[in-house]
Amino acid sequence: MSTPNSYAAPGGSGRFKRLLLALLAWAVALVIFFPILWMVLTGFKTETAAIADPSFIFSPTLESYQAVQARSGYARFALNSVAVAFGSTALALLIAIPSAYAMAFLPTRRTKGTLLWMLSTKMLPPVGVLVPIYLIFRDVGLLDTRTGLILVYTLMNLPIVVWMLYTFFKDMPRDILEAGRMDGASTLQEVVYLLLPLTLPGIASTGLLSVILSWNEAFWSLNLTSSKAAPLTAYIASFSSPEGLFWAKLSAASTMAIAPILILGWMTQKQMVRGLTFGAVK
Amino acid sequence: MATLALNNIVKRFGDTEVIKGVNLNVEDREFVVFVGPSGCGKSTLMRMIAGLESATSGDILIDGERMNDVGPADRGLAMVFQSYALYPHMSVEDNMGFSMRLAGVPKAQRRARVLEAAKILQLEPLLDRKPRALSGGQRQRVAIGRAIVRNPSIFLFDEPLSNLDAALRVQMRIELARLHEELDATMIYVTHDQIEAMTMADKIVVLHDGVVEQVGSPMSLYHHPRNRFVAGFIGSPKMNFFAVTVVSAGADGVEVTLPGGAACHVPVNGEGVAPGATLELGVRPEHLSIEEAGTLGGRIQVLERLGGQTSLYVEMESQLLTIMADGDVAYRVHDSVRFGFDASRAHLFDQTGLALESLKAHPLAALTRQDNRAEAGTQSEEAAP
Repeated sequence: MSTPNSYAAPGGSGRFKRLLLALLAWAVALVIFFPILWMVLTGFKTETAAIADPSFIFSPTLESYQAVQARSGYARFALNSVAVAFGSTALALLIAIPSAYAMAFLPTRRTKGTLLWMLSTKMLPPVGVLVPIYLIFRDVGLLDTRTGLILVYTLMNLPIVVWMLYTFFKDMPRDILEAGRMDGASTLQEVVYLLLPLTLPGIASTGLLSVILSWNEAFWSLNLTSSKAAPLTAYIASFSSPEGLFWAKLSAASTMAIAPILILGWMTQKQMVRGLTFGAVK
Repeated sequence: MATLALNNIVKRFGDTEVIKGVNLNVEDREFVVFVGPSGCGKSTLMRMIAGLESATSGDILIDGERMNDVGPADRGLAMVFQSYALYPHMSVEDNMGFSMRLAGVPKAQRRARVLEAAKILQLEPLLDRKPRALSGGQRQRVAIGRAIVRNPSIFLFDEPLSNLDAALRVQMRIELARLHEELDATMIYVTHDQIEAMTMADKIVVLHDGVVEQVGSPMSLYHHPRNRFVAGFIGSPKMNFFAVTVVSAGADGVEVTLPGGAACHVPVNGEGVAPGATLELGVRPEHLSIEEAGTLGGRIQVLERLGGQTSLYVEMESQLLTIMADGDVAYRVHDSVRFGFDASRAHLFDQTGLALESLKAHPLAALTRQDNRAEAGTQSEEAAP
């Protein structure tokens, strides 16, 4: 008689707690997602509807998309974004893998300090170095070039990429690398045959994060490019300039700009989560 | 076919000295076991031999050649790791063939060598599997196979059995002994388990705090421990120790007073020992026997019946002694019991923990595993201290 009752109480409160947590999670998710949803909706409105009282009920139109398409070549900007995001990611990985290897497997007294110092560069507001970098780029002819943007993005993401790879490499059992060394592997062979295949999920999620960060970056792309090398962030910005602010067109352009990366992120979300929680759940 | 010599090896990590001047000779085809409690430096010593760690000073010689500055792969060694350290993304065959792949050996030749090793270890049906699809014992065998394939002059084993369950450990122990015979190679084996050391070694190296306490055959360590540490470490259950007072001492033995007042003549060299001094007497649990007229007595605190044997934990003058007795002794907990021992089986240790030398070497003290195989009982010339 008393047994089922004594179990019912914690079971009931547990279910209530779960419900509350679920509601809270939904609320937070909605708050985060709402601006994106609103942007997508606005893209399908007419300019008048877009600046009218906010409403979910309207007759959708592709008017803004047509206008955006007619005005400038989306493809050219998109191509720049792809080149810059993937180019900078590849370059960052190329530099970060050897650095993270050295820090994870051959640490010195100063390794921890170096890592913190690298991260501290992320705390500096980019605008602080805008003028020197702009002047340097002007002098060496890197303004409005993909190469220039790739360089800046590589430097921008390098601390995070090294940090992430460092934590993944740290999780790799040393014994396996030592067994490789006993088997006659050189450092390069160790990395290529053992380290990279075994930490691939971590490297993939690091790369993905770097691609996303580069894709969404606006400060440097707006300041260092104008037309030739301008990526999608510059494309979006171009809808809020001289002629005035066009909400519907801006939203349509933004939707088109984030669509590729959104799809990529959605397709690889499993990989992302696995990479980001790698080691935590071992 | 290889010998190994360590000359005055020292290893320091920062300010901590973990290996404090080790000298050791390993003969060709010998099975040498490094044994000691955790933190004694046995694994570090092995890693230095392997080349995974550099020696702070001293020489590592393989076949008389100095190897300190030679890379791990070029020393002609193979190592089996405690964690097996298999390559998780490669099949068993690729795991075993990895060293040859790096060396650029053609595929057909690689496969032949792998098959050969797989046959010795009964791994043939598993060659296509990934390590995660193998049991602990099978992984262990793959790790050994990876070593065999390299055809090394010296095999290094770093606590290879400690991740296996008890039954499998016994089985692998036998398999390793068989392998040693079959491959006829020099093997160095690290363990904290003195039973593994006793059962497999030709020569045991007891390490403690970075120092070699004693080197010798299992039986010489058991019968003639050089000091109190080795006496306590080798043998299970542990040797009993209690304080005794010297009555008289000389080259022909030491007369001591046991707790309880009885006298006992221990046949060890007592030159230089002063009458009245306190020494420590050591007797192994299996050498204490229950006798009604025994010279020692106490009360049973705990009694463990193992079937064939019974362990009695007896309190004698606030000290707990262990007695290994017959399986069917009739005693119960809290009973009083009298017991004695054969004085020629007893050990005496001075204040510094050093053993006084036995007057007579035990007949089996110089027995090695080789002798075991040929004909047990043939004893050799050299008697341990």
